[in-house]
This record gives sequence, structure tokens and C-alpha cells, in this order.
Amino acid sequence: MDVMDRIKSTVASNPVVIFMKGTPDFPQCGFSMRTVQALKACNVDFAYVDILAEPEIRASLPGFSNWPTFPQVFINGEFIGGCDITLDLFQKGELQIMAAQVATKN
Amino acid sequence: MPENDRISLLRAHLDQALSPVRLEIVDESHKHIGHAGAGGGGHFNVTVVSPAFAGKSTLERHRLVYLAVAVLMRTEIHALGIRALTPEEEKDGCQ
Repeated sequence: MDVMDRIKSTVASNPVVIFMKGTPDFPQCGFSMRTVQALKACNVDFAYVDILAEPEIRASLPGFSNWPTFPQVFINGEFIGGCDITLDLFQKGELQIMAAQVATKN
Repeated sequence: MPENDRISLLRAHLDQALSPVRLEIVDESHKHIGHAGAGGGGHFNVTVVSPAFAGKSTLERHRLVYLAVAVLMRTEIHALGIRALTPEEEKDGCQ
């Protein structure tokens, strides 16, 4: 499977997925750390891809999402945003609502 | 590249693309010294107040900012914190 197909399949098969630097337990960047904390606080199951361990995905995801930096969060196949937007949604309570909808649907 | 040059470059690109009525750039690179993902690029927080954001979602606004500085994202900038407001929103004091 080429890298674009891997990205599409990851985004399609996981209702919530974060592409980040490091892992949820050991984030390697403050932005990834804060974003993953917001997801954890939403009590939703989420998948992650450590882009430091996946150089091909790191190189190709910005072209797929039209977004140049990491982390990147996708919910129900849709690109939600990076750190600023995800935290903004969390502070407004909208991320929790999106997460609850995902949890109910699955 | 020295930080002051990076800030001037950022300012020039954002001025040209978005004609901001207010533009604030804060260099936060010192917070990222030695961190694994930085790759030598700087980290900046920008506040851009521009009529170009009217009627656009946060995601669309951030994309406009990234588009304006796209050429710098490959080399000079590792991370950009973005606040993108219209002049009316800034006046109202909302986010």
C-alpha cells in the first residue's frame, strides 16, 4: 500500500486519530503533548500515529490535509485542525461534544 | 538565519498576503531548544488582525496564514501559534 493509501485508510478506519510527534504517553513536542491531553480529557478512544517513527507519513500528510505542521487531528475522516484549533474547540466544549457523538455512533 | 531576520521575513509575507491592521509576532524559539522535533526552525506566535478573515472559520483562517508563509514553513519555521481575528472581533475583545 502506498503512503497516501495508508493515510486514507488510517483516517477512514479510526473515528478519532492524531498524527503526532511521539506517543500519547511520551509526546516529543509541547504541541503534541497539549493536543493529546485534550483528547484524553474527552474520554474517547483515539488512535495515534507517531510521525517521528513514520517518516513517509510525516512527509506526505501535509499534502493530504493541506496543513503544514503537526500534530494533526482527524474526527470521522475530517481534518479538525492542529494544536491551536483543537485546544480552542476543547475550551469551548465543542471537542467534548464531537467526541461524545463519535462514542455513541460506534 | 538570525531570529530578527526570520521575524522580518514573517512580517513581510503576512503583510503582503493579509494586509493586517495589526500584526504581532512573538519569538518563542527559546522554549524549544534541544527538542527532538524542532529541526532547527524557529517557533513563533502570531496575532493577525485582518479584514481578510471575515466570514471564515478558524480552520480557514489558519490555512490563510499558513499559505502566506508557506515558503518559510519548509526551512525557517518549525511551529506557528496563530490567533487570527477580524478588526471587529478584536474590538469586541472576543477570541
